[in-house]
Amino acid sequence: MSEPKKITTPLTEDVIENLKAGDRVLISGYVYTARDAAHKRMLEEYEKTGELPFDIKGQVIYYVGPTPPKPGQVIGSAGPTTAYRMDKYTPKLLELGLKGTIGKGWRTEPVKEALKKYKAVYFAAFGGTAALLSKHIKSVEMIAYEDLGTEAIRKLYFEDFPVIVANDIYGNDVFQELEEKYRKIDLSKLPQFCI
Amino acid sequence: MRTIKAEEIKDKVKKLVMDAEYFIPEDFIGAIKSAKEKEESPIGVEILDTILKNAEVAAEEQVAYCQDTGYPVFFIEIGQDVHIEGNIRQAINEAVREATREGYLRASLAYDPVLERKNTGDNTPALMYFDIVPGDKIKIMFAAKGGGSENTSRQMMLKPADGWEGVKNFIIKTVANAGPNACPPFTVGVGIGGTFDYSAVLAKKSLFRHIGERHPDPKIAKLEEKLIEEINKLGVGPLGFGGSTTAVDVKIEVAPVHIASLPVAVNIQCHAARHKELEI
Ligand code: SF4
Repeated sequence: MSEPKKITTPLTEDVIENLKAGDRVLISGYVYTARDAAHKRMLEEYEKTGELPFDIKGQVIYYVGPTPPKPGQVIGSAGPTTAYRMDKYTPKLLELGLKGTIGKGWRTEPVKEALKKYKAVYFAAFGGTAALLSKHIKSVEMIAYEDLGTEAIRKLYFEDFPVIVANDIYGNDVFQELEEKYRKIDLSKLPQFCI
Repeated sequence: MRTIKAEEIKDKVKKLVMDAEYFIPEDFIGAIKSAKEKEESPIGVEILDTILKNAEVAAEEQVAYCQDTGYPVFFIEIGQDVHIEGNIRQAINEAVREATREGYLRASLAYDPVLERKNTGDNTPALMYFDIVPGDKIKIMFAAKGGGSENTSRQMMLKPADGWEGVKNFIIKTVANAGPNACPPFTVGVGIGGTFDYSAVLAKKSLFRHIGERHPDPKIAKLEEKLIEEINKLGVGPLGFGGSTTAVDVKIEVAPVHIASLPVAVNIQCHAARHKELEI
């Protein structure tokens, strides 16, 4: 794979057009955390008030629920959580101007479509490597929903946070491509179970 | 009759939980190192290296290996000649509470599944399976089950006519569906037989067996070996970025079964293989 591209948040369309599935990227700048409970509340409140807890235009959301910091740490362990659980809410946020999400694992079709439509990217970080990833987070500020504990919305400052472009605006999917490349088994021969 | 104080259990379990969160078992680390030698994908090799580095940093700094410090699950075997002074359930919950607070673990449990989902704040109540065994000791096995991999675990009531072929396909399909979402390389725990619920318990408990340790029945051991081979043909690879290391091991446990049934459960264990046990 190629040398990592360095990008800074908020993301502009120029930067996004330049990102292809499989690209290594180092992200610097502010990002916002939100996972299941924060997404649910954010969108429910948006329905009622027409407002979100932060200006989402051009921003990046990191799907993470960190551990509490030990004394001397900025943040505890902070790796990505599985992204598809947020898929119910993501297209709406993309429509409102969100430009990037960071998580782990596959996205579903509606999100992939929305990424193309609204020109945004989904970055995958290395799941489970949370002790290492937290070292790229330099500051933390509570933004909203503090009562949600680990699921509260926080503003983080990233320094060269390592990710891979998983889904780009051109409809490419890094997981699908690489899995097929190394697959030595015919999946279509397996019977269909409802799983 | 041997008397064991609940207080002693609490102290030991608290350390057990914290150690499990910081120190990934040696056998798993060894399996990742040898997988690295065989991994075909360059990014796969890099990810396996990152996993090893993460384990090193977590151990060195005594911080959580993964931010999802998991659902605390205990298998507790109490010797029938043991008298416990105090309340063992309370002792274990208190151990989890203290480990969460003093060990800087994430509170990852909600009080209820579909109403408010309010966080319990301290990872209690822990899930405890109790068993009575001969002897005068207590064995406590602890596992921290991350949501990402538990979410991809599956159970299926197959028909006896489906046989091994059906079971095998179900296991492979489950692993394929888990894919990048569940943070591979996996250890795949399989329970076959028993009842609907017991198959899942077997699958979970199987994950305490050491990596590379085969089932004592050579016929089951063969099935495990075959499955490891097949699963690693899926191409999922480390963290789903493609490659030949999708699972480092498969553990099968079997139990007697109703003549009408063939239950099978697959418990996916991610690379955050946090489990540890002790004996008092
Ligand atoms: S699946 Fe495992 S390694 Fe991945 S985030 Fe969850 S607990 Fe951590």
